[in-house]
Amino acid sequence: MFETDQRGDLFSSLTSTFPIKEVITLFAYTLRRIGMVIPVLIGMTLVVFSIIHLIPGNPAQIILGQRATEEAIAALTTKLGLDQPLYIQYFEYIKGLLTGDLGESIRTKTAISDEIWPYLAATIELTLVAMIIAIVIGVNAGIISAWFQNSWFDYTAMVLALIGVSMPIFWLGLMEQWAFALQLDLLPTTGRENVRDPVDSITSLYLIDTLINGRTDQFVTVLKHLILPSVALATIPMAIIARITRSSMLEVMRSDFVRTARAKGVKMFWVVYKHSLKNAVIPVLTVIGLQTGLLLGGAILTETIFGWPGIGRYIYEAINYRDYPVIQSGILVVATFFVFINLIVDLLYAVIDPRIKYR
Amino acid sequence: MFKRKGILVSILFLLLISTALVGCSGGSEEGSENQNEGDKPKEETPTGEVQKELVFGRGGDSVSLDPISTTEGETFKVTVNIFETLINYGEQDTTLQPGLATEWTPSEDGLEYTLKLREGVKFHDGTDFNADAVVKNFERWMNGDADQFPYYTMFGGFKGDEGHVIKEVVAEDDFTVKFILNRPQAPFLKNLAMSPFGIASPTALEKFGGDFMKNPVGTGPFKFVEWKENDRITLEKNPDYWMEGYPKLEKIIFRSIPENSARLNALLAGEIDLMDGVNPSDLTQIEGNPDLQTFERPSMNVGYLGFTVNRPPFDNKLVRQALNHAIDKEGIIAAFYGGLAEPAKNPLPPALEGYNDDIEPYPYDLEKAKELLVEAGYPDGFEMELWAMPVPRPYMPDGMKVAEVIQSSFAEIGVKAEIKSVDWGTYLEQASKGEFDAYMLGWTGDNGDPDNFIYTLLDKDSIGSNNYSYYSNDELHDILIEAQTIPDQEQRNELYKKAQEIIHEDSPWAPLVHSTPLLAGKKNLKGLLPHPTGSDILTKVEFE
Repeated sequence: MFETDQRGDLFSSLTSTFPIKEVITLFAYTLRRIGMVIPVLIGMTLVVFSIIHLIPGNPAQIILGQRATEEAIAALTTKLGLDQPLYIQYFEYIKGLLTGDLGESIRTKTAISDEIWPYLAATIELTLVAMIIAIVIGVNAGIISAWFQNSWFDYTAMVLALIGVSMPIFWLGLMEQWAFALQLDLLPTTGRENVRDPVDSITSLYLIDTLINGRTDQFVTVLKHLILPSVALATIPMAIIARITRSSMLEVMRSDFVRTARAKGVKMFWVVYKHSLKNAVIPVLTVIGLQTGLLLGGAILTETIFGWPGIGRYIYEAINYRDYPVIQSGILVVATFFVFINLIVDLLYAVIDPRIKYR
Repeated sequence: MFKRKGILVSILFLLLISTALVGCSGGSEEGSENQNEGDKPKEETPTGEVQKELVFGRGGDSVSLDPISTTEGETFKVTVNIFETLINYGEQDTTLQPGLATEWTPSEDGLEYTLKLREGVKFHDGTDFNADAVVKNFERWMNGDADQFPYYTMFGGFKGDEGHVIKEVVAEDDFTVKFILNRPQAPFLKNLAMSPFGIASPTALEKFGGDFMKNPVGTGPFKFVEWKENDRITLEKNPDYWMEGYPKLEKIIFRSIPENSARLNALLAGEIDLMDGVNPSDLTQIEGNPDLQTFERPSMNVGYLGFTVNRPPFDNKLVRQALNHAIDKEGIIAAFYGGLAEPAKNPLPPALEGYNDDIEPYPYDLEKAKELLVEAGYPDGFEMELWAMPVPRPYMPDGMKVAEVIQSSFAEIGVKAEIKSVDWGTYLEQASKGEFDAYMLGWTGDNGDPDNFIYTLLDKDSIGSNNYSYYSNDELHDILIEAQTIPDQEQRNELYKKAQEIIHEDSPWAPLVHSTPLLAGKKNLKGLLPHPTGSDILTKVEFE
């Protein structure tokens, strides 16, 4: 009954007593992938470093604005090291990064590495919940649409997905607030918690903090605050994941081995959720990886509408105040997450489809 | 083989669970909907008892909680409730009122000010407030630099600088402080009233050092509790506050919600009690809601169209007056400010002492404008560049659109204006070099003194910095310098009234608007008097 075809067997590499050659190939593949990340990271620092030099005019004048005096401009120029030759500035910048120095915020005069975690935590919490919603609903909607191709469910799901992809988040967010907070009185409009009964923060991840504090009532409140922004944030990736899953599944379900499985009398549910999904999962995984990375940075709009104190807001405020060190480091941190999520996805490929590691 | 089957089964099981979870989460949501029906959401304020906790929603977060360390307005909204200044502004204007000092006496020559301090005041950490504390605060500031204490430059620089106004601050006795100045500075007392100069606890300054900006300790009506960056700042009542029976509130929470519409939603949902930054377009919705009320903040800014007076044809006064006649300010206010502004006729906003209300504004009159152009020798008009602000500001929400309105009315008197813009940094740089024919800009007051508008923006000394018009009038200069040196406020006000007449006649600008920001709050909120500086002391605010 559970006899499988040999193509891309999910755990063959783990169960077949680890042939030494397999392990070496996997290890080599992992090293190769990690090696490829290094030039990407260097490229990123170059781009981020250039931001401040690409603005027309003197950055110090722009940062200080209308009340700038000549002395203040000169002082800031020195402080930012803008009077040094470019290559020395870049060298200093990299040296700082390697020692964990992300620079100092011009606005708050605090080391960025000291203040970035709560923002990052807020965004991670939001992104994770949004991705869980997007994956669970998106993948299943895609599978069922492929299973019952051309059914009413298929049509409805795909029309919804089309709307979802093209929905302006800004409008969606305000509509959610209007419907669920003002009309139905069910969920809060903005923020992470009830400020009249604030969460005692330990890790800055409020879902975890409320549990550590043993406050299940607050856990529910925090969860309620998460629903509207994470649904708004999940809309686009959910729609994309559903569409990719559907087309990838359709392709697999037309192949010979699926027909064989059906002919052998395997129940359709197992054919779909086991035999087909396993083979259709690679493109879906790719999209999930890309979308998770995009959400981290793309949460700016959602965080702005929902007053969510995340990294997107942090960067947004920095742009308003022309706080270039924060803009640079914020983008760098988000981009680094993006790179590593995609590295993890790459490594997962090799586990799921052993053929990939030989390429 | 069995092992493999086991793993596969468990994977399938996981998949099933995840699928089931989708169903469950949908179901439980529905379930909770039913359960909660009729329930009030938890964030709504408790009914029955009088509310003692105010949640104030605003657009941005504070930059620091040490008011002297920044020039950012959002910071002062919080710190005016933690710290007090030696001298206060009036409730809705910038006149001088007792603060931590109960009386002040300038010397004849304006070089010495003696301040009597309020007795029996304590900082939140229990430290006594006295002359010593005042001296320590001023010594901290004057030994810093413009990066640390940017607003201290209101006193002409720092210790050792040539222009530094304060020579010495002396504690005469426990409750008498004497300021000895290097040169007279008439707005000196107004400067002392500025929120950056809130007096901090010397003990706390020493204890926290560089971390004082996150651990503020003052003498104000509220004590600092907690700051969650970009999210909220919590203050609680100072039970030992010197003003008998105040503050009324037990707790204030400042929340940052950047989006104006979302902030209004939060107010409508009862999550916040008061908000600033109301969209003019939302005004009707708020006024139609029986649970809400609006508050108007008196203006302390000016938006203007400046002419660079050394560039022909703007060197001709008649041309500048003609263009003043050719701007429909009322129309601009209705279209782009939602009516929340008043047309400007002076560079000063009306809330300031010394405002000259007798000045007759140039009416919007295209015929008159044409006549003046003929008289000036431009019967067929001329071509010009009109520079529009690239960034929105309270006094100029949309520079490009306002420029288009001006362009079209200029066209009717034969003046062809080409609208131009450039990034903000370059805009300011080029404007200060006098490279624009005509440009849009504005100013928000610092200390509520006319000097901070007229001298800063239009005196010949300010050419190269904020006098972008390169306007130079010696008569005006003499008046402004005299007004800077005499300590008597009444005399000064008369001088500034005269200055406004000269400026009106010379018309280096077409003053456009003074915008009046709007706040909205719950109907039962009492005692809020929005201050022109933008920072509201909430001592007397309460719920009914």
